[in-house]
Amino acid sequence: MLAIAEKSLRVNANQPLLRIEQVSKHFGKRAGGEVVALKSVTLDVERDQFVSLVGPSGCGKTTLMKLIGGLIPASDGKVWLDGQHVSRSSRTIGMVFQRAILLPWRSVLDNVLFPIEMLGWSTRDYRDEAMRLIELVGLRGFENARPNELSGGMQQRVSICRALVYDPQILLMDEPFGALDAMTREDLSMELLRIWTEKKKTIIFVTHSIPEAVLLSDRVVVMTARPGRVVEDVKIDLPRPRTMDTESLPQFSAYVSAIRKMISQKPKAAS
Amino acid sequence: MNMNSAWVRTAIEYVQTALALTAVLVVWELACDFWNVPSWLLPAPSRIVAETWEIRSILPLHFAVTFSEVVGGFLIAIVTGVPIAILVVYSNLLRRIIYPVLLMLQSVPKVALAPLLLLWVGYGLLPNMAVAALVAFFPIVINTATGLESIDRELLDLTNSLESGKLKVFWKVRLPWSLPYLFSSLKVAITLSVIGAIVAEFIGADRGLGYLMLTSSGAMKTSVMFGILVLLSALGIACFYVVCAAERLFCPWYMAPVDTQAQG
Repeated sequence: MLAIAEKSLRVNANQPLLRIEQVSKHFGKRAGGEVVALKSVTLDVERDQFVSLVGPSGCGKTTLMKLIGGLIPASDGKVWLDGQHVSRSSRTIGMVFQRAILLPWRSVLDNVLFPIEMLGWSTRDYRDEAMRLIELVGLRGFENARPNELSGGMQQRVSICRALVYDPQILLMDEPFGALDAMTREDLSMELLRIWTEKKKTIIFVTHSIPEAVLLSDRVVVMTARPGRVVEDVKIDLPRPRTMDTESLPQFSAYVSAIRKMISQKPKAAS
Repeated sequence: MNMNSAWVRTAIEYVQTALALTAVLVVWELACDFWNVPSWLLPAPSRIVAETWEIRSILPLHFAVTFSEVVGGFLIAIVTGVPIAILVVYSNLLRRIIYPVLLMLQSVPKVALAPLLLLWVGYGLLPNMAVAALVAFFPIVINTATGLESIDRELLDLTNSLESGKLKVFWKVRLPWSLPYLFSSLKVAITLSVIGAIVAEFIGADRGLGYLMLTSSGAMKTSVMFGILVLLSALGIACFYVVCAAERLFCPWYMAPVDTQAQG
């Protein structure tokens, strides 16, 4: 992508936005010893790329997300973000989870402005941006509604606005559509692509759904469980802009079945 | 139309309840009259009203004393219970120190401590408040601590990713998040506070509805005892509804189930 080339010339010309280098993560000792959540994961993500992580549960996708977000330290290896070593959390990251986890006592607008308040910035300066985002996700007119007045899909839209309002470089999305019904899921996928094109963001997207990953991503990173490892990194060469019609392309199904095979064929690590 | 009929149905339900209660009172009245039940054993409703009315000049004072004990004890329980809950949640050391003591005290029947407290603090308004506070204290501490800890892990991840200070997270997230828990404990606490105040007055007091109850019992004025019981219930119910109103005021979002977010 041209945009990528341009932007990366500006900063750290030869470096990807995110570099994960031989990262491992063990969790506390239990009777049997340590639980290895991630083992020597290496991964580069270019600026403005849409990268999906797929894999069986327990493959460390969420752990990897938390490492990138700086919420937990790596046991081994390094995470670089924009040329800087990630040692702790940083505001260059926006997060969206499976559940919207909005604050029930706040209006939609105040929920979107929540990160601004937590960062200690002036909410007045960001009001317009928040309203633009609310409009972008099609919730105009709902800015004063409370979360419990919204459907699940609408709540998730609000949480996407909340993650975008402080203009982070990377959007980490941990199964953001996992709790939604199929129809809402398709709607939101298309909307996410639109937001991604409009806002020029790097997105790392964890999902259980292989078609969803293929439909949305530039790259699909396939992981296996116990220990969590990256086994395959598939470049998705489908034309953009993508729509639901993209799913009917023969290449689409080819990608989906290829990735499905990668996940199912990998033997359960020597156990 | 629909709303109207719903309203009418509610009204009918209220009327039914009122009629049933009236029927009970009428049967009571007639039964006392018919079998000539001695009034020291079971006074007729009319007699209860009449004899309670006779002491109307002294009632406000005793009512006010009990009321202030209940409310005072309740407030003391809040201003001590909530901070302790916060300390327990935020400090592992304090949790290890305070929690076992709390649990031990929890197993002591609090009203049984009333004589001790009176011994230490003496007669009067304050010790009675202390007993009420002691009884109301535990549910507040335990529920508030639970509420503060019930905060969503991912929400904490979110605030951490924004490098928010602990104090800010507390004020803007944890505290409001725990409010529904706090209020459900307050509804229990206010009821317990009434019990605590009355028991304290039974044991040592020279005023208050509990004291009045005790002296009426000594004087075999059973109808006055019934009258005081009615007043006490009214006091308890009124306090309870004030707390409910405060809950609606402070966490209006709680009226709808909070976990709708989890649904797809």
